[in-house]
Parts: sequence; structure tokens; C-alpha cells
Amino acid sequence: MLTAHWLYGITGCLVVALGLRTALLHALLLHRLIGINVMGAGVFLMLIAVAYRGPGVAPDPIPHALVLTGIVVAVSATALALALARRLTAEQDN
Amino acid sequence: MTTSAMLILDILMVLSLLSLAAAALATSDARRSVILFMAFGLVLALAWARLQAPDVALAEAAIGAGLSGALLLAAVREQPRPALPDDTKTVHHRDHSSPKLLLEWTVTLLCIVVAGVLAWALAQAFDRAPQDTLAQAVNENLATSGVSNPVTAVLLNFRAYDTLLELAVLLTAVLGIFALGPARPGYRAAGPVFGGLVHWLVPVLILTAAYLLWVGAHAPGGAFQAGATLAAAGVVLRLAGQRTVGLPQGRTLYLVVAAGVGMFLVVGLSLLLLGRPFLGYPPAWAGGLILLIETAAMLAIAATLVLAFLGGRPQPPRTNVTGGKPLATLISTLSPRSRQGLSGADAPGAEPHKHFSEDNSQC
Repeated sequence: MLTAHWLYGITGCLVVALGLRTALLHALLLHRLIGINVMGAGVFLMLIAVAYRGPGVAPDPIPHALVLTGIVVAVSATALALALARRLTAEQDN
Repeated sequence: MTTSAMLILDILMVLSLLSLAAAALATSDARRSVILFMAFGLVLALAWARLQAPDVALAEAAIGAGLSGALLLAAVREQPRPALPDDTKTVHHRDHSSPKLLLEWTVTLLCIVVAGVLAWALAQAFDRAPQDTLAQAVNENLATSGVSNPVTAVLLNFRAYDTLLELAVLLTAVLGIFALGPARPGYRAAGPVFGGLVHWLVPVLILTAAYLLWVGAHAPGGAFQAGATLAAAGVVLRLAGQRTVGLPQGRTLYLVVAAGVGMFLVVGLSLLLLGRPFLGYPPAWAGGLILLIETAAMLAIAATLVLAFLGGRPQPPRTNVTGGKPLATLISTLSPRSRQGLSGADAPGAEPHKHFSEDNSQC
């Protein structure tokens, strides 16, 4: 049965796999970081798909809260990773 | 009739999500990759609005697509341009020696297995009846939570511990960024058109942030969305060449960055002294306490995200112009640029000027 939560949930699984492949294989740090961010987006898709209960029914608020927290943590982790990468480049140039 | 129209919309959305993700990851040009990633984030925000998650959609549009993209673009700008094609050549025209190929196939296979396991886990989650989940408990206790938006109730009341620790993660990230070095060089002062836009945009963003903070109690919104919107005002000021980007200076900055965790702890420990559990609000005060914590959290989140965009510890303007600070000379490759950048648009020399005009054309 092809309902919305399955459609978005399976997309989430595929997006995680795509991001993971880049995070593991790519040579450049920035692309790996984008890969990890895409992976995170896939996980969020899965969680929101689990929370969805169909039209006209209130969705489960707990996965929504988890994803909100996840988005903010992901951006701060990305910022820290970028600062680390920047310092790494500066050290290598010396 | 409407369900089949919805199905077509869903399929289109899912296909565009998958193709944008694949395109963002497949391209070897970093800038293109970041821009495709931002587009992916925007479609994702639409998908969440479709799946009845408006709180998440707001946060994704502001943070996932907006600020993450700004952070990544600022990082791309710093990469030496000529080095990129060399690097990408090794990636693009990869040597087809057998160990490399074997590794790629193994990793691809691993990723397919991971996707399969996730799909299996998803099926388990879908099989559970709705009444087994915590959603039931949230609905039963929503009246005592002090707010009527269930997502805010979970974040600031039922699972307030999680949010406290999340703010601690943000604080840790800022401290890490501070420890890694000084901020990036600034931008050229905005021209009349962009300057005029900034004069309108920044107050509107601040008002929107205040609205999102207030409305979060009973409708989609809250501290995260408000903080991200406020941070967007800081990013706009930064792009317009404003040096302090609206952040307080000196010790006050540290206070603002720690405000979220601090307010949480003050409220939690005060309740402990009053004989209640840690962060166990009395129902009569819950609404006020949540607003108090959310206000502090919004300021801390906004300051954190702006500092993340600066990419390092903000430099006091005076000491930088005169130069010779040990911090600035620590990373010798960065210090000349940062000194010229912070001294403003009137810095002499062709090289920094070229650098700045490049900045503005790219942003």
C-alpha cells in the first residue's frame, strides 16, 4: 500500500544511504560534511514519517520535538566541523 | 479525487528530494553542491509542511536551508579557488585500480544494507498502534503544561532535560569555535541599495523573531525558530559590512551565549529549592516560566548561530587595526586578511579589495 508515510519514510532511508556513501568515500572534507548533513536530513524524514498519522489526525509531537532538536544540533556540529576544517587548512599551509 | 492529486504531489516531492540529494552529492564543485543542498533543504521544508509538521518546517527553512547554507557558502568562499579543480580531478577522474574500485563497491553495498535495515526498522515503527506511543500521554497532560502547542510542551516541559542538554551542546560548539581561532575577515560596507534593504530587513527580522517566540505557546513557532530568525538578522548585518553584527561586546557576549543554559539551570534549581522536582514546573506558573526560558534560549541560539557564521572569536576592533596581537599572529596566514578585513572597506591595496568585491558578488 503506497501511502504517504511509507513514501516519505523509504525516501528517508535512501537519502541516508546516499549521504553515508558520500561521507565515507569523498576525498574533500566539505563534501563529506554535506554528506553527513544529507544523512541527518534522511533520519529526520524517517522520524517525521513515523509521526504522521494521515490527513485530519493530529501527528505525534514527540518525533517533531526530536527533529527540531536535531536540526539545531546538526547546524552547530556543522559549524564546529567547519571551524576545525578551517584551522586544519591554516595549520597545513604553515 | 483529492487523494490521487495528493499522491501525485507526494511522488513529485519525493522524486525532487531524491534527485536534489543525489545531485548535491554527485557534483564535484563545492559551491554548486552547497546550493543544491540548500534547495534540498527548502523542498524538505515543504515536505514537512505536507506531513503536518509546521514547527519543523519553519526550523528547516530557517536553519537547515538558510543558516547551514550560509555557513557552508562562507566556508567555500575561503577555499583557494585554483586548488579546487586539482582536487576534484582526482575525485572525478578517479583511477580505476582494483583496490579503489573494490572499496567503492564495498561501501556502496554497505550503504544499500544500511538502507534495507532502516526500511525494516521503519516497518516495525509503522506497525505500532498510535495508542502505544507517548503521544497519548502528551495529549492527556497538555492542559497542565502551560502551553497549548504540543511540540512546545514536549520541548520545554515534558522533555525539558533534552532541551537543556541541547543548549549545552550549542554552548560547547561555540566554545570550540572560539578556541579554534579568530573570526573570518569581514565584508565590504554595503552599497546604497543593499544598505537600504538592510535598514528595512533587520527590524522586520527582529519583529518576526519576537512574534515567533510569543506565538510558539499555542501555534507553530518557539525559541528555535525565533533564534534562527534573529540570527538571520545578524548574518544580514555581517554581509552588509557591519562590524559588531549586533552582538554585544566583551563579557556581555559570554553572558548571552550562556543565557539559555543559565536560565534553565536557574529555573530548575529554584524549583528544586521550593521542593519540586528539577524543572517540574507548578502548572500555574508553567506558561510564564516557559516564556522566560524560551526568551533566554532564543538569545543564546541567535548569538551561537551568528558566532558560527563569523567562524571564530570576534576580534575587538581597536587591537586589530593596530595589529600585533598574539592571537592574530597565531595563524599567520589568516591574520593579515583579518586585520585588513576588520579595518573596513577603505583598506588600501588591490588584493584585499579584489577579495571583498569577490565576496559580495558571491553572496
